[in-house]
Amino acid sequence: MKLALRNIQKSFGSNHVLKGIDLDVDEHEVVCLIGPSGCGKSTLLRTINLLERIDEGTIHLDGELVSGPGVDANAVRQRIGIVFQSFNLFPHMTVLKNLTLGPIKASGVSRAEAEARAIELLERFGLGDKVDEYPDRLSGGQQQRAAIVRALVGDPEVLLLDEITSALDPELVGEVLSVIRELASRGLTMILATHEMGFARDVANRVVFLDAGRVVERGPPAQVLGTPTQPRTQQFLRRVIEGGRL
Amino acid sequence: MASDQPPGGQLAPPSLTGGVNTYFAQEGARGALIAFVSTVVFFAVAIFAIGRSENWPTVQKSFFDVELMWDSLPAVWDGFTTNVWMFLIGQVAIMALALLIAVMRSLKGPAFLPVRLLAILFIDFFRGIPIILGLLLFGFGIPALRLPGLPNSAVFWGLVVVVLSYSAYTAEVYRSGIDAVPDSQRLSAASLGLTQWQGLRYAVLPQAIRNVIPALLNGFVSLQKDVALLSVLGVREAVREAQIITGRNFNYSPYIVATILFLAISVPSARFADWYTARDRARRSQGTG
Repeated sequence: MKLALRNIQKSFGSNHVLKGIDLDVDEHEVVCLIGPSGCGKSTLLRTINLLERIDEGTIHLDGELVSGPGVDANAVRQRIGIVFQSFNLFPHMTVLKNLTLGPIKASGVSRAEAEARAIELLERFGLGDKVDEYPDRLSGGQQQRAAIVRALVGDPEVLLLDEITSALDPELVGEVLSVIRELASRGLTMILATHEMGFARDVANRVVFLDAGRVVERGPPAQVLGTPTQPRTQQFLRRVIEGGRL
Repeated sequence: MASDQPPGGQLAPPSLTGGVNTYFAQEGARGALIAFVSTVVFFAVAIFAIGRSENWPTVQKSFFDVELMWDSLPAVWDGFTTNVWMFLIGQVAIMALALLIAVMRSLKGPAFLPVRLLAILFIDFFRGIPIILGLLLFGFGIPALRLPGLPNSAVFWGLVVVVLSYSAYTAEVYRSGIDAVPDSQRLSAASLGLTQWQGLRYAVLPQAIRNVIPALLNGFVSLQKDVALLSVLGVREAVREAQIITGRNFNYSPYIVATILFLAISVPSARFADWYTARDRARRSQGTG
């Protein structure tokens, strides 16, 4: 078991966003979280790498408790990467500086080593000519790919992807998804929150349907997306199909 | 616009564009001519009116006595160099101290509450009292205590007060810049394993400072003049020197000398701030750099 979440609870004020979520993720597994907006997908991802503090429950990474007091959150975040919907690159830094900041400052890697690694990854993901560009000179798809590389450059054990194609123009979605496909084929453990049902069916080992802060249904993609058993899942997927997203 | 076309003129696209361009070019030249003529006329009338007024000879003698102006220049200039170095030292100290206070005030999390409180207390106090009151309190009060190991000079304590007071304002300028950086940038830095401080230092502050450079430049212009307030403590800067000579001669011309010296640095500084702000705005609207 790579990652084990037990009874994860989180409230913002009186808004109970996560109402006791259990989730296990195996090494090399790709799990897709689906569900309506506001169901808690994004919040769940942020609790996993401790960007949001959980109110209750436990998170184990490789059997080691990483939630709760006394845990070095920064060390955990170096092991669990996250990519955001709106890229969140640093606009005042070149792509290369964006990529090397974490390794150099958080992990103490030497500049030369961090740059070599960053350039190698950028080339692999087709951004070799963007090393010295500023983010606002890149297309949305290129920015998101650079953000993915930034999350990968520290060799995380788990990668979290929070609706990474939702802010992109439709014709740029493909290039970002193909990067994720490649990462999945290389065996990277990933949890994706996504609205791309077709992609989820393709790439996921398991699909988890969340609604109102609870897991409603989970299972292999063909089952959850093809023959869902829960009425709420059926209703959600019917609307997705009507909206032309599957 | 169409009515400006000569009757029967070509309305094909190229000639239409040419017509519009010519129209604006003519308007530009005509505008410049109008501006020039109206300016010359306005100032000519103003100078003529002042020169014709009954009291002008008296005013001229008391404020524009060229010989006294020339004689007072060395002393006032000497004092002015004091203004300049007080300004330079003060400016550097203010930028550093204000940034520190702004960062203290921006730290998040319950553990930093005392730090935030301290920053707020500081800002409230030094922004809340008139600078001249601070000068009188610190500049006369602290030297009178004769504290061992602390300087007793009025310049030192006066400058301390100006720095503290300006830092309180400037800290708020920085803070507005920090607040303008989206929270997602902090989140993004944290997700890379950076500490809160590293996130501020490398991700947030560079963007925040760039946001507020125009406002900081404005503050510089203001500080150049406000260091003259130290004259109330007897510091022999330009205004004080001019005051001494004025008192001796019963003539205000040395003040004009000081005025000219202040304008000679503050006007270019203000123009520079305008120019920088305009350039910054143009760059942002292009979405580059």
